[in-house]
Amino acid sequence: MENDGSTEITPEKLYLSRRAFLAATGAVVATAAIAAACRGRVGNTATTGFCAGAAASATTDELGQKLTSCDDVVSYNNFYEFSLDKDNVAAVEDDFSTSPWTVSVGGLVDKPGAYSIQDLVGKYPPNEHIYRMRCVEAWSMVIPWLGFPLAALLKDVAPQQNAKFVRFESVYDPKHMVGQKEGFLDFPYVEGLRMDEAMHDLTILATGLYGKPLPIQDGAPIRLVVPWKYGFKSAKSIVKIDLVEDMPITTWPKESPGEYGFYANVNPNVDHPRWSQASERRIGELSRRPTLLFNGYEKQVGSLYAGMDLTKNF
Amino acid sequence: MPSQATLKLDPIRLVVHVGAVAPLIVLILQFVLGGLTANPIRDIQLRTGQFTLAILTASLTCTPLFIITGWQGFLPLRRPLGLYAFGYASLHVINVVGLDYQFNLPLLWRDSAQKRYILAGIPAFLILLLLALTSTDRARRWLGKGWRPLHRFVYLAAALGIVHYLWETKIRMPGPFIYGGIIAMLLLIRIPWVRIELERLPWRRKRRTDEAS
Repeated sequence: MENDGSTEITPEKLYLSRRAFLAATGAVVATAAIAAACRGRVGNTATTGFCAGAAASATTDELGQKLTSCDDVVSYNNFYEFSLDKDNVAAVEDDFSTSPWTVSVGGLVDKPGAYSIQDLVGKYPPNEHIYRMRCVEAWSMVIPWLGFPLAALLKDVAPQQNAKFVRFESVYDPKHMVGQKEGFLDFPYVEGLRMDEAMHDLTILATGLYGKPLPIQDGAPIRLVVPWKYGFKSAKSIVKIDLVEDMPITTWPKESPGEYGFYANVNPNVDHPRWSQASERRIGELSRRPTLLFNGYEKQVGSLYAGMDLTKNF
Repeated sequence: MPSQATLKLDPIRLVVHVGAVAPLIVLILQFVLGGLTANPIRDIQLRTGQFTLAILTASLTCTPLFIITGWQGFLPLRRPLGLYAFGYASLHVINVVGLDYQFNLPLLWRDSAQKRYILAGIPAFLILLLLALTSTDRARRWLGKGWRPLHRFVYLAAALGIVHYLWETKIRMPGPFIYGGIIAMLLLIRIPWVRIELERLPWRRKRRTDEAS
């Protein structure tokens, strides 16, 4: 605009010295920056406390990939029961109680039962399992879980002949889980596995990480970990495990059918409809990584899907 | 040599410039001080995108605010705000290409080609680029009558930006819908008969020639 009309706008012009301009800018920015920076993970006391005594038996996984730092593992979480912000879960979970806790195991089994966490870790002493975790959003971590094989528990409850799938249900506590009150997803969170996937050596129920009991934001007090599938399959804060005949309707496929499937095997050749799965950002690293088929567990689980069309059964 | 350099600024323009630069400074400080999440590149992507939409929307409120209040001071804010929006959009693109993909163009192509949120984002950016290039007084003189119709494409850029945001997010978030609602409202105010009614508001000083259109 040739004439920006400034002569008509203000009755008088204000002349500011350059110093005043810089001072004004500096004051605004300094205040905002201090306030904003303080909110970040660095100042999150809940997480720094946890990682103080953290320990793992190794610094890399079986492929030689470095473990993700404890600070990152406990401060970057998709746990919509609490918050949509990945670094805010620890901050909003104050009232949530993980003790007492009961895991009910039932459905098509001969020996249904209810277990406390003490029962479970007493019967099935946890060991360290260093697994890669690949989120469907295309970021990943390497995490030293403490857990026991799901197969051990399932064998003891004696599944019946017609049990084809295992259905997992997470806790429903909208009074203490803000995200459930807001209804970000159709809670309680439901996940499922085929029997052979559930009985596989790699599938564990985890009760800890980095040598300590799970913090709430990572799914305390007990969660599923299925490392060759996208992270949303590894349901957190489990209260029910049922053996069923029909494929369970799981939460994310119900939320966005066509975008998330039941199998959700990590596969660089099968993209999410809206974004690519060919590469991933390993948290803590500068460069992107190519995504590996079955998250690098092809040798161990490939045979489960022999002959299956992985594009249709995504 | 004068003892103090002086800048001609009225308060509203000061607020606009400081307000537009402040988010960037805060973002840089957070990045350096570790105030972002464990995935800072992703945070930068989200924030630069949100700043772009916010400042672009602010630019689009200038004319409606003039229509409603009659205060011409809103009009000269359109260009700086528009340019700041283009600035943040550029950072958004540079972050993906340079920081996230580290100029690995084949990988970037593999991850982006035919992904609909990219197909919405690219034309949005190109429109902003074109408008930035033709934002100068010289360009306005050179384009003459064609300048105003060309710059109306800013609304298309805003719409594409909102769609880009909507198609990118994993879960339905309020953000894109709020921006969509605001832009729709701003567009409504520019409908001729709506505008005429608003210009009849009692406090509205009548001007024979309207700068904005």
